[in-house]
Amino acid sequence: MQAAEPRFKQRRLWQFHGGIHVPDEKALSNGAPVEPSPCPPVLVLPLQQHIGAPASPVVKVGDRVLKGQLIAEPRGYVCAPVHASSSGTVVAIEDRPIPHPSGLSAPCMVIETDGLEEWADLLEPLIDYESLDPGVLRERIRNCGVVGLGGAAFPTGVKLNPGSDHPIHTLVVNGAECEPYITCDDLLMRERSGDILEGIRIVLHLLGARQCLVGIEDNKPEAIEAMRLARAESDLKDRVEVVVIPTLYPSGGERQLIKVLTGREVPSHGIPAQIGIVCQNVGTLAAVADAVLRGWPLIERYVTVTGRGVARPANLKVRIGTPANELIAQCGGLKGDLAKLVCGGPMMGFEITDTRIPIAKAANCLLALTPAEAPDPGPALPCIRCGRCADACPANLLPQQIYWNARAKDLDRVQDYNLFDCIECGCCAQVCPSHIPLVQYYRYAKTESWAREQDKRKAEQAKARHDAKLERQERQERERQAKLRSKAVKDKPAAPAAATTETGAGTAPEVDPKQAAIEAARARAAAKKAALAEQGLAPKNTEDLAPAQQKQVAAAQARRQAAGLTEPAPTPTETAAPGPKAAAATEEQA
Amino acid sequence: MTGVVVSSPHVPRVNRVDRVMLQVILALIPGTLVMTWYFGWGLLINMALAVTFAVAAEAAVMHLRGRPALSTVTDLSAVVTALLLAIAIPPTLPWWLTLVGVLFAIVVVKQLYGGLGYNPFNPAMAAYVFLLISWPVAMTTWLPPHMLTDHPLSLVESLQAIFLSTPPGGTWDAISAATPLGEMRNQLGENRMISEIRQSPLWGDFGGRGWEWVGNWFLVGGLYLVWKRIITWHIPVAFIAGMLFVAGTLWALDAQTHPFPAFHLFSGGAILGAFFIATDPVTACTTKKGQLIFGAAIGALVVVIRTWGGYPDAVAFAVLLMNIAAPTIDYYTQPRVYGHAGGSK
Repeated sequence: MQAAEPRFKQRRLWQFHGGIHVPDEKALSNGAPVEPSPCPPVLVLPLQQHIGAPASPVVKVGDRVLKGQLIAEPRGYVCAPVHASSSGTVVAIEDRPIPHPSGLSAPCMVIETDGLEEWADLLEPLIDYESLDPGVLRERIRNCGVVGLGGAAFPTGVKLNPGSDHPIHTLVVNGAECEPYITCDDLLMRERSGDILEGIRIVLHLLGARQCLVGIEDNKPEAIEAMRLARAESDLKDRVEVVVIPTLYPSGGERQLIKVLTGREVPSHGIPAQIGIVCQNVGTLAAVADAVLRGWPLIERYVTVTGRGVARPANLKVRIGTPANELIAQCGGLKGDLAKLVCGGPMMGFEITDTRIPIAKAANCLLALTPAEAPDPGPALPCIRCGRCADACPANLLPQQIYWNARAKDLDRVQDYNLFDCIECGCCAQVCPSHIPLVQYYRYAKTESWAREQDKRKAEQAKARHDAKLERQERQERERQAKLRSKAVKDKPAAPAAATTETGAGTAPEVDPKQAAIEAARARAAAKKAALAEQGLAPKNTEDLAPAQQKQVAAAQARRQAAGLTEPAPTPTETAAPGPKAAAATEEQA
Repeated sequence: MTGVVVSSPHVPRVNRVDRVMLQVILALIPGTLVMTWYFGWGLLINMALAVTFAVAAEAAVMHLRGRPALSTVTDLSAVVTALLLAIAIPPTLPWWLTLVGVLFAIVVVKQLYGGLGYNPFNPAMAAYVFLLISWPVAMTTWLPPHMLTDHPLSLVESLQAIFLSTPPGGTWDAISAATPLGEMRNQLGENRMISEIRQSPLWGDFGGRGWEWVGNWFLVGGLYLVWKRIITWHIPVAFIAGMLFVAGTLWALDAQTHPFPAFHLFSGGAILGAFFIATDPVTACTTKKGQLIFGAAIGALVVVIRTWGGYPDAVAFAVLLMNIAAPTIDYYTQPRVYGHAGGSK
């Protein structure tokens, strides 16, 4: 390995503010190769495993499904389909507990597997993808249900479509895996580096990007070596660089990794594409390679099952939808004193209370933590404003100020302190000497702010509707008055007697408004006709048309004329010109 | 499993308030020992008294507020306040004045504002100023360092002085002496030249004899706090820089009526203030830029008040003045957040 070092030139790295060093605990689970997990008797597939709308089922209860078969199709653009991860029978489509911080249930497809592992017809491999349109590739990635496997589960097809106004120059590949305990990306890089490189090649082609930077923390030497070897063997040597970055949580955060590798910052409230960068997790790239080169839908992923509360920590290759308790059982079950079960890493994962929750596409880790590993922080003491949180914050926020204002429910001030730039990494809470659950306060404040924003939008819409109504009523009233006036003016010299007899009321103000309106409209039409007649024109009602439409009208007229059907029509410009004049004339009359 | 779902992160917390406070207490030890060496047992007696009063007062208030008393008392913040006040007051101050000061610090300045973390003013300094304004004579009756007196107080004499208010030898005048800052002030007030004033045996290399060594050893404790990352360098360095800048400017303008800048640094409470008092996180600025402004302003104000104000020392006044300004300074010195304008493009 040491001999290999000089081959790679030292790339300049940048630093993000703050960050913390936490014991990485990766040795618990990174010692053995990935083990395939057996097919469970029941698969539970949530219909929403991604950011966006839930997918809608395309199979019914009782249907037999095959491995890789589409069972729920995307609804809307930001959505991903779901595929059966083994063959069997759909036994229910119902609410089941899902891996979500809320601990709530959501619609899931429940498949009783038959153990036959019978494959459905797969999509055609797109070996010659470099000759294909990026749109075709995106469609393939989307149809295979690929979402970001780093944790956010954003549909990859959407992320790979930054639009023509955001030309992409750099693909950043996230192999940092900065969360303690988790080693599934480490193992993936060691075992599937070739596929990751294929994925990189596909995505570089798809995005038209110039270069690719693979960021890996220096606590994963085997993964670094594997990726460097794969790069050296590929023909992407000039475009792909494997960059070793210092181990510092949270350097695997998208924004932090981009800063470390490129020195650039993703704009606040923006996306990396705005600075010409797209970031993908290594697992996502392997899934992209599977989808494009093999036609495989995303039905499996690597999951780390670890923590000192599990008998035999390991990395497993898991069918999406496998219940968590099956994986724990495969790893020898729980042992000793268990403090909590966590889905995801210890810094950003969420505690689960129901071990039947299924592994969804985004689930990278199951953590069984003992009380020594995750001690109860005890009751929070008051904030002493020591500022350690601010020193640790990778977004350079002032966490204690956000906390104070969130506690005071001062949502305006919270935004003054840029709450929404918080990535909820948990650094501030880890260093807080008062053991304040800071992240919880930020989540609360964010939720409250969103709710308030929504209320505000609703109120604004209601106000706009109300204003529009008032305006309409006022306008109608004005028009009515105007009509009445015009009628009175016209009727006076023409037929005052007729008016009285017609209405039978005797006085003008008591004229039926409806009748008056009809009369006024007639009068307007007559006046317009008269005005046009003065210019020797017939009414054509073409004044308000777009030039293109007028051109069409003119062409039709010309054709008609050529056929000898009508008299010559004025050219569009001629009709357009008198329009406003005629209107003005009518207005004056009114 | 606990049954209560707790938000992430699920990792051990690395810091604790009581450990932070304990480090501060440890850091006070060298200066305290040296001060005791020069000025007698009074300091230690005062510390014991102040800590006892402070813990009792804090527990009583927590009891009245219906909050758990034990966890609050064991956070050691009241102990730190008591120790800092004990260091600031004269070593022979009558015990009941110490009690009044501690009650003012803990009950009024700290707990009436909501307890730890909520007080806008530094409790020790507010209590010091309260005592100084209310009992100016008692608060300015200092002992000379032991090498400048024929009769250093014994432990029993110190206890008598504190509890019975009976000075050994009959009168306070016989045993007390002006502090170097007070002496300098008085002499300058009589239009003496610095060169003249410094003839007195009261003076050491930088500041007052004895005093300068107290300052040195508090500096050691302060550096320990920086090393242990209990405090950052920003406030102390800015404090000293602000002080040296103003004192240096005055001295450069007229070295006969303004003492050498190091005199300001090693007399009175400057070092203690820079490392232990201005750095109180609750009442100081929390942004780094803000801390530089905060520290520098205190350092500058100390010299200004010492030179033109009504009291010989000014650390407490300067700290309290800047405590008022801290929230505003913080608001206008927010760091540039990731992804916001002004950074690398």
